[in-house]
Amino acid sequence: MPIESVNDFVVRFANVNGSGSASANELFARAVLRMGVPAAPRNIFPSNIQGLPTWYEVRVSGSGHLGARGGVDLMVAMNPQTWDKDVASIEPGGYLFYDSTKPTPPSKFRDDIAVIGVPLTAICNREYTDPRQRQLFKNIIYLGALSALLDMDVAEIEKLIGEQFKAKEKLIAPNIHALHLGRDYALQNLQCPIKLRLKRSDAVGDRIFIEGNSAAALGAVYGGATVCAWYPITPSSSLAEAFARHCARFRVDPETKKNRFAIVQAEDEIAAIGMVVGAGWNGARAFTSTSGPGISLMQEFLGLAYFAEIPSIIIDVQRGGPSTGMPTRTQQSDILLCAYASHGDTKHVLLFPEDPAEAFEFSAQAFDLADRLQTPIFVMLDLDIGMNRHLCRPLAWDDARRYDRGKVMTAAELEAGKDFGRYLDIEGDGIPYRTYPGTHPSRGSFFTRGTSRDPYARYTEEGGPYVDNMDRLLRKFETAKGLVPRPLRRNAEKPTRYGVIYFGSTSPAMDEAHEILAASGIALDLLRVRAFPFHHEVADFVAGHDQVFVVEQNRDAQLRALLINEAGLDPARLVPILHYDGTPITARFIARAIGEHLDSRKVTPIRKAVS
Amino acid sequence: MTYIVKPTFHHPGLPKNALGYTHRDYEGSVSTLCAGCGHDSISAAIIQACFELNIEPHRVAKLSGIGCSSKTPTYFLGNSHGFNSVHGRMPSVLTGANLANCDLIYLGVSGDGDSASIGLGQFAHVVRRGVNMTYIVENNGVYGLTKGQFSATADRGSKSKRGAINSDSPIDLVSMALQLGATFVGRSFSGDKKQLVPLIKAALEHEGAAFLDVISPCIAFNNHPGSTKSFDYVREHNEAVNRLDFITGRAPIHVDYEPGTVEIVEQHDGTTIALRKLDAEYDVHDRRAAMNFLMERQAAGEVVTGLLYLETDGEDLHAHLGTVDKPLNALGERELCPGSAALEQFNARLR
Repeated sequence: MPIESVNDFVVRFANVNGSGSASANELFARAVLRMGVPAAPRNIFPSNIQGLPTWYEVRVSGSGHLGARGGVDLMVAMNPQTWDKDVASIEPGGYLFYDSTKPTPPSKFRDDIAVIGVPLTAICNREYTDPRQRQLFKNIIYLGALSALLDMDVAEIEKLIGEQFKAKEKLIAPNIHALHLGRDYALQNLQCPIKLRLKRSDAVGDRIFIEGNSAAALGAVYGGATVCAWYPITPSSSLAEAFARHCARFRVDPETKKNRFAIVQAEDEIAAIGMVVGAGWNGARAFTSTSGPGISLMQEFLGLAYFAEIPSIIIDVQRGGPSTGMPTRTQQSDILLCAYASHGDTKHVLLFPEDPAEAFEFSAQAFDLADRLQTPIFVMLDLDIGMNRHLCRPLAWDDARRYDRGKVMTAAELEAGKDFGRYLDIEGDGIPYRTYPGTHPSRGSFFTRGTSRDPYARYTEEGGPYVDNMDRLLRKFETAKGLVPRPLRRNAEKPTRYGVIYFGSTSPAMDEAHEILAASGIALDLLRVRAFPFHHEVADFVAGHDQVFVVEQNRDAQLRALLINEAGLDPARLVPILHYDGTPITARFIARAIGEHLDSRKVTPIRKAVS
Repeated sequence: MTYIVKPTFHHPGLPKNALGYTHRDYEGSVSTLCAGCGHDSISAAIIQACFELNIEPHRVAKLSGIGCSSKTPTYFLGNSHGFNSVHGRMPSVLTGANLANCDLIYLGVSGDGDSASIGLGQFAHVVRRGVNMTYIVENNGVYGLTKGQFSATADRGSKSKRGAINSDSPIDLVSMALQLGATFVGRSFSGDKKQLVPLIKAALEHEGAAFLDVISPCIAFNNHPGSTKSFDYVREHNEAVNRLDFITGRAPIHVDYEPGTVEIVEQHDGTTIALRKLDAEYDVHDRRAAMNFLMERQAAGEVVTGLLYLETDGEDLHAHLGTVDKPLNALGERELCPGSAALEQFNARLR
């Protein structure tokens, strides 16, 4: 039986990278959104420039589930290299859309799927002579055919094409022409629509469609970052590039045309973090964006910034590790690397945004936290959040908000005779005062170093002052608990002994899994952790449940390890649910894993519950 | 380290500079380096240079890496903020600091281990970016703190204290700085204060990447016969191409030298250098010729010193980046935060 569904299916485009398919595929996703239907697109791409397989998956979800779903209902198979796997991945009853110009032997198809052939190459060859045009318009032609097959509002696609080529107006008409070539072919030769179809809705609301990297970069602009030092690395490069774009728009002095920012592409990640540390030391708000391999290189400086107490912001767009790992796949596998970065006893503040909207907020907030706590702050994005466009709530800013520059002693205070000890804890919160270089002719200068020192920044290797200082750093970390974003709790409709802890990009899949499990009678309380150090609510949550599933996207249950280590939690109560194949975690995976676990313990007979 | 505290009182008759500061106001704490270390002479030269230039000590940021040379910022300019960063990475920290506040004077102090080995990459990049700074390498060809291993600037054939002969080719930081686009390059000798102080002064006033390689013999591990970085060796082979007098402000210049032997060079900021040529052929403004000259003389076993290259109209990193005149660390919400209205427009484009 062919799958029948309105506003709830997954379309996957299988393409060759460098073929210009990305913009046509994105047009498809945008057109769905313009019809008021939520959609979640994801790029699955290789670490390569041209010629290798790439996929673009659009999950259409009228009910607003934006996590990856898994499975494919409609495959747009444009890449012969991956044909066999692509065809095999279609759900039974699903649809295969392909270029039927050349005959394909029946053995290449499946009996349990519907096959839709459009002679795309033939149409292109008839219409165009230029090879590049044949290539590019082929993508728009299949988009046109899909618009008919899925009953899409073609006016929305036309409007989007108009917006996309606003600056290159002469490209509008040829694109719309190509769109109709495909659409007309489908309307005349195929049964349209198929049983997957789109219906106009109003479920998108005022939400925006944005990549996490762009949102985090804008957060840095709003948060007052003036220095950005970075080194190109997937999947974080587009963050620094977005920062440059946002700065060009928002940070150029209108009168002098000079820049209120400095961006340096460093020679490596070590230099990038070095520049951030130098700028932070000198009172500018500075950040770097990188990924796991970059964090590995930055270790020594991160220890310095921790010990010498220098505000610095690191945005880690996590990818699959270890080593070069899976550079274009997603994971949450830098948690321990960042939490304990560098040799010796260290602990660092981590923030875990769930989507671009939170990436914006946390990235802006990171600058206040860094200044207040005088320490490195990690904003833990991942490739899924960073490099995909997500439908999320609009970015918001309160104009009454003021930057918190933390404890900075001024020239006037020094002049008035206020006692200045760079590492002197006056208020008991573990946070000392600092001075910016050049503040006062004869007071407030100090020597910053990675060696141990007394409260007045004088070098010492004596045990007493060293221990005092290390303990003060712990006090400061306690203070951080009250400043970082608090965990968010959502209780099941009825009391339950089971809870779930999750974080970051797992959010949408977890929300959906929660619904799936609730529907099958499994009630779960949810706690989304948004920062490390952990707020006491996290330990309370675990204490309030017999078992807590800790859902994360890495092999070694890193957040769970951190919970056990830092919150003193009983390992037996924390059940790891781990997804680490490099694809975004899905609701199906979570629901199955939790269900099977409970089933195996014969606590809730899930199979009965589901049937 | 902290057991000797320098007395703060001083002779009431100590000379004062135009700011009313005495020499003592430019000092730091007591050096803990070995007695007779060349590095202490360089610290003294830095103190002298800053005193004579009437620099307010707190307007200097002194940064270093790790090693004997990198310890020296503790021993001068006690009222300046200092930053003893990590090994070989001072250049990136200095770059970031410089970006944060273009109004301070940035003095990077490093050694040959710090800059030519672990930090060679950062040395190269800070120079090619044209960061406005004075970068001094206190070059002794040896790792002192770890007791006498060769550094990357040790000459091939130079003998260590334990008798080992260095078989690796040396890295010449001066040649590298020239090749990488430094706009001020000099070499001097810690034992020649007359040459060194004016060079440091000119470097401090230079707007752009100023690099000074200062041969600074290691008394403890590299001052024996057979070493090419010993006091005796450097004195015997020192070949100065010029002497310079550094003149601040726009004071009238009295040239007492033989005609044709002195060149008056005006720098960006209006300061002037009177360059007394010791080698009539040497042109301080010709980068390529300077590189050729250095290679020739080095092959002949000479240590060429003096102001080796000067570009008076170079640009610094801030100019390249087009940053505002106001220091970036002094900008507040008004200048930095686009506000909610702009954000609403931004959102609108993403629907």
